[in-house]
Amino acid sequence: MPLISFTDKGLYCAQGNFYIDPWQPVDKAVITHAHSDHARPGSQAYLCHHHTLPLLQLRLGQGHYQAVEWNEKVYFNEVTVSLHPAGHIIGSSQIRVEYKGEVWVVSGDYKTEADGFSGDFEPISCNTFISESTFGLPIYNWKPQQEIYHDIQNWIRTNEVANKTSVLIGYSLGKAQRLLKAVEEVTGSIYVHGAIWNVHETLTQAGWKLPAVQRITPDMPKETFKSSVVIAPPSADGSPWMRRFSPHSTGICSGWMQVRGNQRRRNADAGFALSDHADWNGLLKAVKATGAEKVFITHGFQSAFSRYLNEIGIDAHEVKTEFGTEDEESQLTN
Amino acid sequence: MRSSRESTLKACIPLSNYRIIKLSHYHIMYSFAQLIYKLSNSTKTNEKLQALVEYFLHGDEKDKVWVIALFSGRRPRRTVSGTQLTVWCTELVNLPIWLFQECYHTVGDLSETIALLIPEKSSYASNSSPTGGGREGASREGAHPLHYYVEKFQQLEKAAEEEKKAFILQSWQELNSRERFVFNKLLSGTFRVGVSQKLMVNALAKTVKLDPNVIAHRISGHWDPATTTFTALLSEQSIQTDHSKPYPFYLAYALEGTLHDLGEPADWQAEWKWDGIRGQVIKRNDQLFVWSRGEDLITEKFPEYAILQNRLQNGTVIDGEILPYKDGLVLNFNVLQTRIGRKNITKKNLQEAPVGLFAYDLLELNGEDIRHLALTERRAELEKLVTSLQLPWLQLSPVVAFRSWDELTSQRGQSRNINSEGLMLKRKSSAYLVGRRRGDWWKWKIDPLTIDAVMVYAQKGAGRRSNLYTDYTFAVKDGDKLVPFTKAYSGLTDKEFAQVDAFVKRNSLEKFGPVRTVKPELVFEIAFEGIAASNRHKSGVALRFPRISRWRTDKPPDEINTLEDLKKMLELYGK
Ligand SMILES: [Zn+2]
Ligand SMILES: [Zn+2]
Repeated sequence: MPLISFTDKGLYCAQGNFYIDPWQPVDKAVITHAHSDHARPGSQAYLCHHHTLPLLQLRLGQGHYQAVEWNEKVYFNEVTVSLHPAGHIIGSSQIRVEYKGEVWVVSGDYKTEADGFSGDFEPISCNTFISESTFGLPIYNWKPQQEIYHDIQNWIRTNEVANKTSVLIGYSLGKAQRLLKAVEEVTGSIYVHGAIWNVHETLTQAGWKLPAVQRITPDMPKETFKSSVVIAPPSADGSPWMRRFSPHSTGICSGWMQVRGNQRRRNADAGFALSDHADWNGLLKAVKATGAEKVFITHGFQSAFSRYLNEIGIDAHEVKTEFGTEDEESQLTN
Repeated sequence: MRSSRESTLKACIPLSNYRIIKLSHYHIMYSFAQLIYKLSNSTKTNEKLQALVEYFLHGDEKDKVWVIALFSGRRPRRTVSGTQLTVWCTELVNLPIWLFQECYHTVGDLSETIALLIPEKSSYASNSSPTGGGREGASREGAHPLHYYVEKFQQLEKAAEEEKKAFILQSWQELNSRERFVFNKLLSGTFRVGVSQKLMVNALAKTVKLDPNVIAHRISGHWDPATTTFTALLSEQSIQTDHSKPYPFYLAYALEGTLHDLGEPADWQAEWKWDGIRGQVIKRNDQLFVWSRGEDLITEKFPEYAILQNRLQNGTVIDGEILPYKDGLVLNFNVLQTRIGRKNITKKNLQEAPVGLFAYDLLELNGEDIRHLALTERRAELEKLVTSLQLPWLQLSPVVAFRSWDELTSQRGQSRNINSEGLMLKRKSSAYLVGRRRGDWWKWKIDPLTIDAVMVYAQKGAGRRSNLYTDYTFAVKDGDKLVPFTKAYSGLTDKEFAQVDAFVKRNSLEKFGPVRTVKPELVFEIAFEGIAASNRHKSGVALRFPRISRWRTDKPPDEINTLEDLKKMLELYGK
């Protein structure tokens, strides 16, 4: 029996009797990160990184949580579990599972470029690696974060000159915090949507130093936002909520913006390919660095990516999961 | 613990020492790529206009001429095939062809796929990540202006494959992703931008402070972007020195509202609307020129007209329709299609697809521009001219007599019988204007033919809809079989597209490359302008301008039309 098997409830370690990011309620769930497609409600007990803990409480409510540090060992029967930085969002972790010398690593979502919040992605050598593949095609090559920040800052300045409010659309957990860092350099007047405010408050209370923002409330007069910067989640884009900012320019921040068609379909004034996932080279580098004999590819371009890995001599298999379905990043392509 | 988090944050965001680069590289491909990016990203006409004006004010002198050429349909000829580009790109980036194809299906555009697959220059130079903006700077070295690339394409048109390849690989690597995209578009002859010629003319007019009508005339006709300068092109001399220069065509909008809104029937002239090639015949300086509305010089394609070189006076310009025409009858447009796009016209072509010219208007008489005269006056001169020539294939566009709007409405019902697509209404006092205008001229087309059909194949769209299944193939019934007979693209709302897309994803029976066979369940009404026999199609028919007119959610698939119905239509309208 393999150390981790793919069941209809999720990734299951029978030896330790726990699941990783299960999509149905289970007894014991080890959680890679707080995005809704990886952290789902209803399980009896959760184990996560201590940076993830407050976010999990925010999203799933009260429950039985255990938080650990990176590299801290936890034992399930004779199985050793430890969490390691995945670089995706705050607290995001790869899960290392070891039993009798055999090591499996579940990547969760990851990115290989350091963003300043999420901890630097740590390559872990293992026998079997289970990797995501959200951007597993070679057309996805990200520019360095600093360059994209620079593009966003220039765009904000251009909007200012044209007396327009800059509305940046990005996932409330992960992307929004990175955007704040980029925006802080060019303006002090930053307004955020309620969903982003909630995450912001949670993180600030947990001790994170983030730029000061103001929550957008219905009673704010329209003039408040004039020539300022607004950060909103994908669900707000195109909704009546946006009307209060006009005249405004909308910039969508997502890896999907790499392709012009997506940008135009979303009717965005600008698209910034800023992603919290690894690009093609990042994925390849990560897979190779594990030295794994066997690789399983989950959510994304799993068939193309695993086929390519096989062609370059890495034994890779596609796995169907329910990850990626509720990710706001995937909402951006709808 | 708290302090360690703070320090991580500070260490990773050294934005304060950021270098802001002023983008004033107007002399290189960069500024053209930026222009295209702005034009295709904006939905607001005024923003597009502004971007063009900006470019015409600051752009490279030679590049500006090329921009005018490109936006007025003077695209460079395709020098390499899509397959060649695909192969060279996969060689360069060392990826298997199948993976390239996967990328292409996701992106939906070949030029863009290549632009994205080739690494940016800085990552070639070194592996260390450059500080902010560095890449932009790096890609500038070696990059050339637009005219350099386009003129190089022309030079290489007949060159050996290896030479073309070397140039293209070199260019791909010296350009950045956005530049590479427009480069590929130009190269593969698929360069299309959502900018009308009218908008470009308006931008030019604003830049050089001239009337748009004057600009439209000056940039019309035959000129070579490689040898013309911006100033010379827009100067008055361009008209005096170029004898072939056509006038900009006056085009009509579809009739809005009712006939009664037009006022008195007596103020209007009605003509049949013909579905051929709108053209201009020019005789000046002892030479004859025939122009199509797309501003292609097509004199050689119609040897029948050569006789006009002797028969017309110098300084004569006729606006008319080139139509397949035999023994006093206008034939189906399909007949003409056999002659279009052919390099050499054979005797056989001439016999099988004889053409006539239906004269609509007279624009120049005795070397004088008479477009400002009233239609009735121009028509009188035209009638005199055409009658005196006595050529059987040169006809006056017949005027449809009517006393009341009701009478005209019933006349319109006859259109299809004479292979006309409806009526044209022209105010008798109207001058011959420039471009598409409302008010004095209207087209009043007959309703299209329609047929109910079921969707059987779906394919992902290109460009804006590259992730949605938006291109469909439809079938009619033949007994208990389904016979695919046409593709149709536009006509659904974004919401409907999303619904059909979801249906396709859930109901795929088979997958052949990008094409999915879907459960024959969704019924659509397909509208089209004409029908002709075709042995290239399994169904035996080819439709003209097929499009989805509506989604028949009220109709089950077993109630769709039959192949028999299509054949009856062919019998009625396909001659
Ligand atoms: Zn995630
Ligand atoms: Zn995920």
